[in-house]
Amino acid sequence: MNAQLTITHLTKKFDPGTPNEKHALHDFSLEVAKGDFITILGSNGAGKSTLFNAILGKFLPDAGSILLDGEDITYEKDYKRALNIGCLYQNPLRGTAPNMTIEENLALAYTRKSTHHFFAVNKKDSAYFRELLATLDLGLEDRMKTKMGLLSGGQRQAAALLMATIARPKLLLLDEHTAALDPATAQKVLEVTRQIIADRGLTALMITHDMDQALRFGNRTIMMDSGKLLLDISGAERGAMTPEKLVDLFVRQAKQTLSDRTRLSI
Amino acid sequence: MEYVNLILSALSQGMLYAPMAMGVFIAFKILNTPDLTIDGSLVFGMTVCAVVTIASHPILALFAGTLAGAAAGFVTGFLQTKLRINAILAGILTMTGLYTVNYMVLGGQSNLYLQTAETNESGAEVFVSSSTIYKMFSDLLPGLETNAVVLLLTALIVAAVCALLCVFFKTRPGMAIRATGDNEEMVRSSSINADASRILGIVLANGLVALSGSLLCQQQRYADLNNGSGMLVVGLASVIIGQVLFGRRGVTLGVISAVAGSAAYRLILQFAYKIDMPSYAVKLLSAVIVALALTLPLARQKLAIHKARTAARKGEQA
Repeated sequence: MNAQLTITHLTKKFDPGTPNEKHALHDFSLEVAKGDFITILGSNGAGKSTLFNAILGKFLPDAGSILLDGEDITYEKDYKRALNIGCLYQNPLRGTAPNMTIEENLALAYTRKSTHHFFAVNKKDSAYFRELLATLDLGLEDRMKTKMGLLSGGQRQAAALLMATIARPKLLLLDEHTAALDPATAQKVLEVTRQIIADRGLTALMITHDMDQALRFGNRTIMMDSGKLLLDISGAERGAMTPEKLVDLFVRQAKQTLSDRTRLSI
Repeated sequence: MEYVNLILSALSQGMLYAPMAMGVFIAFKILNTPDLTIDGSLVFGMTVCAVVTIASHPILALFAGTLAGAAAGFVTGFLQTKLRINAILAGILTMTGLYTVNYMVLGGQSNLYLQTAETNESGAEVFVSSSTIYKMFSDLLPGLETNAVVLLLTALIVAAVCALLCVFFKTRPGMAIRATGDNEEMVRSSSINADASRILGIVLANGLVALSGSLLCQQQRYADLNNGSGMLVVGLASVIIGQVLFGRRGVTLGVISAVAGSAAYRLILQFAYKIDMPSYAVKLLSAVIVALALTLPLARQKLAIHKARTAARKGEQA
């Protein structure tokens, strides 16, 4: 079996039986091959983040199953899944501990898999962290004893990206991880993301609202709406796709406007 | 000489309460969670230590007392994490329940002296005081004054505990506890059971508090149910004074500053007594110290804003 992540008939209803009932995931199925880098599009409330939270185990689905590298993780505890799943959110503050040093943050993320030394921060690991930080090209390798809270949002997000990928996860989830950064920093973090995914051959899912970005990054693009898979393109079909066509296609298939945002901008 | 004695006695009190200050530091500063179990676990350590001291060996009693406090911490941690009870309420629940437990441990009385009733050769009943670690230590070093014995032995114990604690916080489980207080989500994302880390932290904190209770019990030679009230504030005052002395830096310095703060707090009290402060004023003084220290940052900020405004106004007039 070559699938790294297999999601079958995943269903989740929030507040069932109340007027606020929301079908966040609607019989959702997706197969992700090893090494796939999939970009995920969809309007607000389409179920993208819900999908991530289901994969991460923040809640249990009503029905369906999630297989990671052939192993059923549908009902596994969230922190246990985190051994093999790295995640990065929009808010850079979520991924790092502000009152601990960069080095300590990395050590904690790293030691989830590496052999444990008596001291969590030690020379051998620190040398490796220094190397990794140097690849970010943000000068963080000389500030390893600095508290994470003193870094800028972009620096923190870059460090969080390292933390999410340092233990070579089987799956990397990126939830609009550059949306809160300024354009230049966002570009930088995206480049680093692409590089790390390529270097380590990671399997990744990236949520974005940027059509152009969705097509430029990764090898496959999917679109979600109302908790369902609306579009799934890769290869030549994706190569011929433009952001404009993507919007057209989406509108046609969903038979409704793309999102509240686009509706407002018309 | 009088001052030497005063300082000796203040320092030995400071050392006796130092483990408690470290415990408060772990709960309030590292885990970032108010833990009100402390008043109860101090007495729990005391009562268990008293009973075990009388029944068997004083050194065993220290461990028993410490473990008792750790168990109390486990209950609070369990209530907080697994049953999702608000941290403050969880502590209050355990502390309240502990009152009954402590009463039962002392055999249905509110205090217990470290002594056993024995019959001497002439058939009369006499009280024989139980051995304590301080008695054992002063037998080892004859000629040393009582205050000096208490200070020396307690300081040795505190130094060892302090060193162990500093090392522990550099290991992965120790670092996980620190991170849990800082950003729990990051801990879960690093595949660490954050609930377990939190419980371990609270267990550790209350174990240390109970160690203070045990040491106190052996030093004062009795256990009393009322010894715990207001201890949380005393611990907080020590931690805050330590922070004033050492600043807010790494965890190693934090643990050391809690110990230093405890000693400094007792010195302050000793000199307050010297200028005729009645002993019942201690708790008010502690509460005032904590309240003042907590408002200090805000007061500084307001002063800076006020200064900036006055400067700006002067600028306009000029």
